[in-house]
Amino acid sequence: MTYPIDKIRNDFPILNQKINGLPLVYLDNAATTQKPKAVVSRLSDYYLMENANVHRGVHYLSIQATEEYEKARQYIADYINAEKKEEIIFTRGTTESVNLLARVMAPWINKGDDVLVTAMEHHSNLVPWQEICRERNARLRIVPINADGSLDLNFLDKLLKPTVKLLAVTHISNTLGTINPVKEIIKLSHDKGVPVLIDGAQGIAHNPVDVQDMGADFYAFSGHKIYGPMGIGVLYGRETWLRRLPPYQFGGEMIEKVTFEESTFNVLPYKYEAGTPNVAGAIGLEAALRYVRQIGIEEIDIHEKQLLAAATSQLEQIEGVRIFGTAKEKAGVLSFLINGIHPYDLGTLLDQMGVAVRTGHHCAEPLMDTLGITGTVRASFGMYNTLEEVDIFIKAVKQAVKMLR
Amino acid sequence: MTIKEKQQEVIDAFSMFDEWMDKYAYLIELGKDLPLADEKYKTNQYLISGCQSRVWLQAEMKDGKVILKADSDAVITKGIVSLLIDIFSGHTPDEILNADWDFLDKIGLKEHLSPTRANGLSSMIRQIQLYAKAFQIKNNSN
Repeated sequence: MTYPIDKIRNDFPILNQKINGLPLVYLDNAATTQKPKAVVSRLSDYYLMENANVHRGVHYLSIQATEEYEKARQYIADYINAEKKEEIIFTRGTTESVNLLARVMAPWINKGDDVLVTAMEHHSNLVPWQEICRERNARLRIVPINADGSLDLNFLDKLLKPTVKLLAVTHISNTLGTINPVKEIIKLSHDKGVPVLIDGAQGIAHNPVDVQDMGADFYAFSGHKIYGPMGIGVLYGRETWLRRLPPYQFGGEMIEKVTFEESTFNVLPYKYEAGTPNVAGAIGLEAALRYVRQIGIEEIDIHEKQLLAAATSQLEQIEGVRIFGTAKEKAGVLSFLINGIHPYDLGTLLDQMGVAVRTGHHCAEPLMDTLGITGTVRASFGMYNTLEEVDIFIKAVKQAVKMLR
Repeated sequence: MTIKEKQQEVIDAFSMFDEWMDKYAYLIELGKDLPLADEKYKTNQYLISGCQSRVWLQAEMKDGKVILKADSDAVITKGIVSLLIDIFSGHTPDEILNADWDFLDKIGLKEHLSPTRANGLSSMIRQIQLYAKAFQIKNNSN
């Protein structure tokens, strides 16, 4: 079956606009993806016809909203193949998911312990662990990367010691595009008794995710990077872990019974969902995942890899181009610099030509330090991008280079 | 020339450009020509925060006038800061502090003014005003 690109583009009206009189070429999908009509109409239906608070009402709308919210949880659990829906905690996004875990794991992390992160982490999967280590007098150890942007697995193996309380590692690098061999990494870690958090902010949108098959103890992702609403995210945690760990925030739905002397806390997953949850976000995320499933994540992956390959080979033709991240397993992201040209200048001129890219450090400053640069230009692809857009992007880069040299 | 007259010159120059490309080509040329600040001023002390590209802005008082020098590692940013220096350098602190900044709207650079914009135009403006204010206070206390 051919990839239904026309149908897809038709489902994303935002793409059909002009910037400076030129067609928009949206290549900032690693920052956030656009939303298909199906997601927006699900949100709109919910707010116009179904809105009520969940879990506490005796009335029709509340019961219906609760059912929809819990159906979304079940759908997401099935989508990432969690064993139970109780393992799906709704959060505001990946960053909150990581912060939640860091906060509740803190009592387990003591002086002399290690937490491992990698040199390619986004700040959101680095700084929370840095802070917890500082608080608990533990050491943050960094797993280095190889020259091509792949993870140094030999070094990881050496760092995996009994003092390590957690390995936090990204599924796909938001800057380099490297797809980490998470199944293998988790196996290595589990052999040494180390639990693993996978940052799936990029991973969720570019390849199939099966948390049981990969063996993840925790998997965090955001709705808005997989064509869903902003402000909704997920922390998947294996039930045995979530039962052991303490609650995160207090109040609202997470309470079982309260007296002035003490309170007892609700069962999973509500133990981790204090306050009124983002019901619309959850069901909007379900709609987004349904949309992705209808196209097929494998098909999307193949399509995006064609775009990445075409963009890479055309970009390499331009004199003085340096591509950051050349690992064999790579997805979604093309980070580069052109000799003598500041990424900000290039990004500004691309913007004038309707091409949306990201420039800067991509919230990975330590990685930039490792690479010895201050930033890159990053083009990142989504399911709706086309080979024609890759051509426009390359032409625009060439035009900008001509102006800047 | 007064600040106002210099601003009018810039507005006139920009009004001749129909295409965005000409406007940016002009800024790039300005950026390439910018008299660089001395290397010794390219330190964190003179670095303006809020810019994705790095901008160093240095000021001194000469015969009652504020002399501004700057540099940036991005050429468009350099062009923008060069535009500001052409207009404001060589004027008294009072003249700088009383100046209008709406010429930036008129040349279509307003899009760069939002505080989140990566080139930090608003930070540059604030820094020029801060220098002027500091010199003004120093003058008055002498």
